[in-house]
Amino acid sequence: MPNTPDYHWPPMGQRKVMGTRINRLDGIAKSTGAAKYNSDLKPDGMLFGALLTSPYAHAKVKSIDTSAAEKLKGVTAVRVVAKAGTEIQWAGAEIAFVAATTEEVANDAARLIKVDYEVMPHLVNEEDLSKAGARAKPAGEQNTGDTEQAFKEADAVSEGHYGIPVLTHCCLEPHGQTIAVNGDKVEYFPSTQNVYGIAGDIGRALNVPVTNIHVHMEYMGGGFGSKFPADRWGLESAELSKASGGKHVKMFLDRATELTIAGNRPSVFAKVKTAAKKDGTITAWQSESWSTGGVSGGGLNAQLFPYVFTNVPNRRINHTAVSVNASSQRAWRAPTHPQVCYITCSALEDLAAKVQMDPLDMFLKNLHYTARAELYKFQFAKAAELMDWKKNWHARGDSGSGPIKRGLGLALGTWGGAGHASTCKTTIHSDASVEVELATQDLGTGTRTMVAMIAAETFGLPISAIKVKLGDNSYPNSGGSGGSTTVGGVTTSTRKSSVNALQKLFEVVSKSLDVPPENLEAVDQRIRVKGNPDKGMSFTQACQKLGVNTISEMGANVPAQAPQEGLNTGGVGGVQMADVSVDTDTGIVKMNRLVAVQDCGLVVNPKTAESQVFGACIMSVCGALYEERIMDQQIGRVLNPDMEFYKLAGIGDIGEIIVHMDIREENDKRGVVGLGEPCAIGGIAAIGNAVANAIGVRVPRVPLIPQRVLAALERRNA
Amino acid sequence: MSIKQEPEKRKKRKSNFSRRGFLQGVGITSGVLTTGILETQADAQTSAKVSGPGEVPITLTINGKPYKTNVEPRVTLCDALRHRLDLTAAKRVCDRGTCGACTVIMDGKVVYSCTVLAIDAQGRKIETLEGLSQNGRPHPVSQAFTDNDAQQCGYCTPGFVMAAKGFLDKHPNPTYEDVKRGLGGNLCRCGTYVGVRKAVLEAAGKMKGAARNA
Amino acid sequence: MQAFEYASPSTLHEALALLGSKWGETDILAGGTDQISLMKDYLATPNRVVNIKGIKELGGIHASAAGLRIGATATFDDLANNQAVQKEYPSLHSAVMGITSPQIRNMGTVGGDLCQRPRCWYFRRGFGLLGMQDGKSLIPNGDNRYHAIFGGGPAYFVSASSLGPALVALGAKVKLVSASGSRVVAADKFFIAPQNESTREIALLPNEILTEIEIPAAHGIKNATYEVRQKEALDWPLAAASVALQMSGSSVSKARVVLGHVAPTPWVAEQAEQALAGKSLSADVIDKAADAAVAGAKPLSGNEYKVKLARVAVKRALLEASGKA
Repeated sequence: MPNTPDYHWPPMGQRKVMGTRINRLDGIAKSTGAAKYNSDLKPDGMLFGALLTSPYAHAKVKSIDTSAAEKLKGVTAVRVVAKAGTEIQWAGAEIAFVAATTEEVANDAARLIKVDYEVMPHLVNEEDLSKAGARAKPAGEQNTGDTEQAFKEADAVSEGHYGIPVLTHCCLEPHGQTIAVNGDKVEYFPSTQNVYGIAGDIGRALNVPVTNIHVHMEYMGGGFGSKFPADRWGLESAELSKASGGKHVKMFLDRATELTIAGNRPSVFAKVKTAAKKDGTITAWQSESWSTGGVSGGGLNAQLFPYVFTNVPNRRINHTAVSVNASSQRAWRAPTHPQVCYITCSALEDLAAKVQMDPLDMFLKNLHYTARAELYKFQFAKAAELMDWKKNWHARGDSGSGPIKRGLGLALGTWGGAGHASTCKTTIHSDASVEVELATQDLGTGTRTMVAMIAAETFGLPISAIKVKLGDNSYPNSGGSGGSTTVGGVTTSTRKSSVNALQKLFEVVSKSLDVPPENLEAVDQRIRVKGNPDKGMSFTQACQKLGVNTISEMGANVPAQAPQEGLNTGGVGGVQMADVSVDTDTGIVKMNRLVAVQDCGLVVNPKTAESQVFGACIMSVCGALYEERIMDQQIGRVLNPDMEFYKLAGIGDIGEIIVHMDIREENDKRGVVGLGEPCAIGGIAAIGNAVANAIGVRVPRVPLIPQRVLAALERRNA
Repeated sequence: MSIKQEPEKRKKRKSNFSRRGFLQGVGITSGVLTTGILETQADAQTSAKVSGPGEVPITLTINGKPYKTNVEPRVTLCDALRHRLDLTAAKRVCDRGTCGACTVIMDGKVVYSCTVLAIDAQGRKIETLEGLSQNGRPHPVSQAFTDNDAQQCGYCTPGFVMAAKGFLDKHPNPTYEDVKRGLGGNLCRCGTYVGVRKAVLEAAGKMKGAARNA
Repeated sequence: MQAFEYASPSTLHEALALLGSKWGETDILAGGTDQISLMKDYLATPNRVVNIKGIKELGGIHASAAGLRIGATATFDDLANNQAVQKEYPSLHSAVMGITSPQIRNMGTVGGDLCQRPRCWYFRRGFGLLGMQDGKSLIPNGDNRYHAIFGGGPAYFVSASSLGPALVALGAKVKLVSASGSRVVAADKFFIAPQNESTREIALLPNEILTEIEIPAAHGIKNATYEVRQKEALDWPLAAASVALQMSGSSVSKARVVLGHVAPTPWVAEQAEQALAGKSLSADVIDKAADAAVAGAKPLSGNEYKVKLARVAVKRALLEASGKA
């Protein structure tokens, strides 16, 4: 009986592939246009789907007449999902679906459907809580210590209100799928973060066993947390296919629908009161917050206040959930954290200004309230060095003459990111080709590349020798990509299946080398005897000994066991610092620089890891300066479901971004930890604080558009 | 309150107009106009060909090759490429001429293919990302996008590569600032701009090198 | 997009013959950057689309001693690259370069810039040019952050034209041709604040084609445009100002100050013009002119800030024109 294989990662200094800067494996496919996304598919005879949505935020369908649509030449199926009597809870809600031979005809048909609505009262905006009435519901209160007493005893008390609006995911590849249902067989090509799990949604709806549903997705064009379920359009496209003789139906949402119903992140508004001693020690936190995540209200874990500085001794937290007639929230990179971070770090920066302290010093002073003081201390020092903080920081508003004011701000974040359940199969063929199969997905995070790197490292092979197969539910189960759980899960399962397979190969080879398998190692494309590197054979020769056989071994990440194994863990920290210039005549904020120092344990591929952080920083610039869902109470609709007024930063709007991956032995030995969420938390807060520092007054509500910046300046001057 | 979501009245597909036009009897003459635009024009009573609204055959010249297909006049170039010709590198994202994901090069200039009618693209020299690779070798811009990791989900990437190629064709020696301005018509959601900036500058160097060696 | 029949005539003559007499029957297609989006959003549902890009005489830019003649289908890019524009009409050049998407500059035409529809989000969501619901304007009680601070009511949208303010300031004329003849309209009369839903925001009639724009020679006329745009990437100005200053020695003999994106038309700031006339361009004069430019502003509930931005735009345009920027 061989010993339990050693799955541990090679020590930091001894890795050949892990930790090196590898180009993403699908880079060329994407940059040459060869990559076929599921929205690019066009199987023979494919039909196009179209969707009719409600123009009203709250209404009852009185009657619906599809006869004209059904008669239109080229239409193969019409499906009503909001039958007479259905109560519609938001504008953009699905009413009916159509399939037709061309997209143009499908759209024509959808417009021929006649719907009679009884319009009902609606509420779409939550910022003004006084207008929410009964739609505002208590959503939790927490009292720790004695806040009242702490405020009385404090040297400084700061009060402010802050707001961060609903954002929409705005995935560039819209939600949707190409799907064919033939009898009880389903071919399903969605754009999803959940290749393995998504079949369940379809199976339940069609009453088809999941085993009959083949899901495949090589590439996907952005999800950010919004692409887990099959959604109404998935289920209805399946029905349309069924009703159209089993032909493939392709339906991807148009942009306006995508921005209206395919994902949004909850807002948070808050009145905050904080207290500190003269030396900057925070003594009390009190927040009354409210938010909306759509009709369901809620959507926010207010227990996270005060963010990261969780152990401030006196805390009073109160949260209200507001139900509005808008589509439901979905997860977004680090659910709740960016919002709670924004409000906390803004309030604490205001408090620092109150005690006339550099917020960096104040944050450092209070790190004992956090769960990882040493890590943040190091990261703040590193970020301060990259930002030249001590030289460039000035007291709030003390930014010289002239209309352009420059300022610095900072924030910090944390996330879990331990690996999800993942199973992987590694196969070694006698021709020395190695394949790794798992039903994960690469959202553009570099998952494919990291899986290959882990296998290459394990086998002592170059990355080009590894074939990675993912994005298909016929491969072993691997979790959905949410919560930054993918990288820990797939690297662990890949490591284990590959070590297991290598073990088998050692067993085959050990006879010819006349040493026990545990004395063998795989290094530099050779299988050789430990301590006697000349004794061995090439990997190719070793594989030839398999003859007609192959080696196929499984490996799994089991979250409950992962802490003992140490291949992946959770819990990371990161800090961000922003440097902005504000034109006080126009209220326009320009990014000069954003610095991110981010830990994610063992960094498998620094190149794609940095890209993730760059991307999160840019997303933060969008959230801080440009993007917000704008709803009109009169019409109950989104006013900006487009990419013209749902504004995103362009290439010239982001300033310089400096990313420092916090790669250190002490972080590395915690194993692999997810990265997508933690780096997407602090940027908005850091930018908001930089603007307050520049202009000497808090702009309470992001995005920091000219009208809000100018209004804040006016208040300061008043 | 009861409100009907009325279907759009399907307009008569048959034209109400005389295709021969209003000119008969109106007698536009060269004297009417003073600044010289119309003087050169023949006064023949010819009428332009009217196509559609049903499908009409079109020929598009894409990457040097003729492609024949049938489209209704309302079909955009982007949709014709993607739905009819299986040239799916150009992506449909905003579909309103804002985000640049559908960028192609037409007669040497970058354009949003979602905002060009396919029927109107006839006779133009259309370059799509599929045509950039030569003999299976990626174009230097594509290579630079990969080497500089100027992509994540990759859905904006084809548009960016085409915008960058079109930009570099016109500005072979760009500065960093030029790159920021020259790619102002493309948006990315994952946030790949840092890589894109580096990639475009690197590709500029490589393309010049390639031109020298040619 | 609703189906339509399509023609691409090669002569103006043919094109005019294809037009209808009512809005909505036939639409003209040039660069397409707005028209195709309007059709996709069913805001334009023509039976027929007449593409005028194939009409050679509608293109081109010709500079002469008399001024500049810009064909309607000349693109923004043509304009940006024109030497006369670069040299004599910096206000126009800067307005074009404010369209920071190369794709739009390559596609969009000068005529199309003048004829594009407003970007008002109530209009774009289908509530008509005046943004009405149940006979009432949605804009005063709605989100009017991008709406008019001048000339509002019943129309509150802002003219989206990038070139309009500069053309008005430079005294341009627009030529409109129909089958029955042609007429020349001053640029400031081309833009109209509609009084009801059935009228358009431009003087063009449905049976007319905008064929060309004439701009008088600008020798000795200092001109500049300043746009306040939040983003570097493609973004609409929040406010803009174009100025054209006829100089007599060091003092202004005649000033044109035209605001953009603040009213349903390019907005002539007469008080600012008066404040400049006869003065030399000192910092104080410029400040006073900027104040005068926005003196009569009537902001809505959510766009007070645009008054400040318009003021800054005037000031910065004047500074730029005077070489002090």
